[in-house]
Amino acid sequence: MSEPLLEVNHLKKYFPITKGLLNRTVGHVKAVDDISITLQPGETFGLVGESGSGKSTVGRTILRLTDKTEGEIKFKGLDIHNLSPSELRAIRPKMQLIFQDPYSSLNPRVRVGDAIGEALLDHGLTSKGEVRDRVLDALVSCGLSSYHIDRFPHEFSGGQRQRIGIARALVLNPELIIADEPVSALDVSIQAQIINLFSKLQETRGLAYLFISHDLSVVEHLCSRIGVMYLGSMVETASRDELFRNPLHPYTKALLSAVPVPIPKLKRDRIVLKGDIPSPANPPSGCKFHTRCPYAVDICKHQIPEFREVGSQHHVACHLV
Amino acid sequence: MDNSIEIDHLSTYFYTEEGAVKAVDDVSFRVPLGQTVCIVGESGCGKSVTAMSIMGLVEEPGGKVISGKIDFSGEDLLKLDKHSLRSIRGNEIAMIFQEPMSSLNPVMKIGEQIMEPLIIHLKMSKKQARTRAIELIEQVGISRPEQIADSYPHELSGGMLQRIMIAIAISCNPKLLIADEPTTALDVTIQAQILDMLRDIKTNSNMSILLITHDLGVVAEMADYVIVMYSGKIVEEGEVVELFERPKHPYTKGLLKSKPIINQRLEELYSIPGQVPNPLDLQESCYFHDRCEQCMSICQTKQPQLQEVGTQQKVACWLYEEAVAHV
Repeated sequence: MSEPLLEVNHLKKYFPITKGLLNRTVGHVKAVDDISITLQPGETFGLVGESGSGKSTVGRTILRLTDKTEGEIKFKGLDIHNLSPSELRAIRPKMQLIFQDPYSSLNPRVRVGDAIGEALLDHGLTSKGEVRDRVLDALVSCGLSSYHIDRFPHEFSGGQRQRIGIARALVLNPELIIADEPVSALDVSIQAQIINLFSKLQETRGLAYLFISHDLSVVEHLCSRIGVMYLGSMVETASRDELFRNPLHPYTKALLSAVPVPIPKLKRDRIVLKGDIPSPANPPSGCKFHTRCPYAVDICKHQIPEFREVGSQHHVACHLV
Repeated sequence: MDNSIEIDHLSTYFYTEEGAVKAVDDVSFRVPLGQTVCIVGESGCGKSVTAMSIMGLVEEPGGKVISGKIDFSGEDLLKLDKHSLRSIRGNEIAMIFQEPMSSLNPVMKIGEQIMEPLIIHLKMSKKQARTRAIELIEQVGISRPEQIADSYPHELSGGMLQRIMIAIAISCNPKLLIADEPTTALDVTIQAQILDMLRDIKTNSNMSILLITHDLGVVAEMADYVIVMYSGKIVEEGEVVELFERPKHPYTKGLLKSKPIINQRLEELYSIPGQVPNPLDLQESCYFHDRCEQCMSICQTKQPQLQEVGTQQKVACWLYEEAVAHV
């Protein structure tokens, strides 16, 4: 097996909760609590979970947009969190981020061409004369037209803005793109266009994606492997086919059954979870899911289930499996 | 009377510096008693403005209901004065919005916000209203109702707040509940809870629901009858199973095909090319023509009318105009 592009080992990210005048730390929000992910070049890993599960924090910590608490992140063999600022800068173009909200991630007063080309110049990857060609190339690969280069963001629709966001990541020739809910803000017909664009770019450029989303149907479409997060912990990882055919963790099952399917005649046995996702500042003891789990038994309340392999490449953290 | 509400040729325009936007353009439909009608469409199609027009929430001078009739229990809502409208709003017609956080008053206790309509519309005393408010909180599936009644909105999660909104909406036993994207801001597991609850409430109290959503999955689960809107117009409507199994309009077909479905993975998703037309720049044509794969020459010059095809299904598309097809 070739060297993985990205290796995340036992990553933890705790945010301190401070109180009072002196900002005493009174506790921690365990946003990410012992997560491991391996991503091969050209592969797509989908990270799924509800709001507050810590999936976005994983993405941000991998890019070192925020510091880790514990663990190790290796990108092409380099320990991202131990690089010097200049080394980090040198590697940054290879790992890019795409955000959820295409409206707020573009500067309204910067022309699209400049917004896309800025990073190229900043990293000194291209001479001034060539920037325009590279930008045009990126625009066209993302399904926009060359005349869009001198326009301002407000002249574009949501779907087009997301294409600009993708072009901006793409222009640097990255090997890894972390996409944080990139289609959640888009309408269905536009969402399909962007999903297809992601697949096409992967085929032509051999990109690896870490695709963060709450929408299982989108993740199923794009990702070859999927990890399900709950309250900062990974509860199940498996290949796409395995996860959808044979989900083992009760939370994964509940998530799958909760997604509304556009087939009116279909009557499903839905597992409706009770209650809300608990506060990550004060997570339940034992298995974090036991408060909402329909199958919880005594052991779940006291003992943290081990994240173990139950089939080929299928890992799950549940006492009952 | 077998209809809860009947909307007849409703048009609502907004006036901008660049011209008038026909947000809702000659829309007619009805919500039968005890049924759920869903309006589905993408952003900007006019689905929310339709709901706002019914509730009398379109504010002049920015926007105006240009024409139409909204018949509710024999009265035209558009002709009512402010006072009579207020006695219906929140009482006989209730509405829940997408963002529960921003539709509740942050500095007022939850209990008081539920008591308000009870005191105003049902003329209850404070004490009666509080007892009823606590019952309502319990009814929407929240434990510790007394404690919740004394807390403020910021202390509750999004899912709980949406339950509170529903509690307020059903407090006066409305005949019609308008729900505008009620689960869009919520996680899927919470969405499932809320949809289940809305269904239960509807069955138990024989309330009609007008549900506005962009999610075809939600439509399939909730609707009896579906209305598809595009650029301010109804392009197709029909009974839910019929519409999902035999969609007629190319837009409806495209929408259904472009939604990824769990356990039905395709190599490539179908996607409708192009994007929604600029509402300021609508010509006399089918508004969908430049995205339509079956576009004919007439589609570019003349607008198709909504007409019946089969039982309980209507479509506005030249493909189904027999006279034209033979020319």
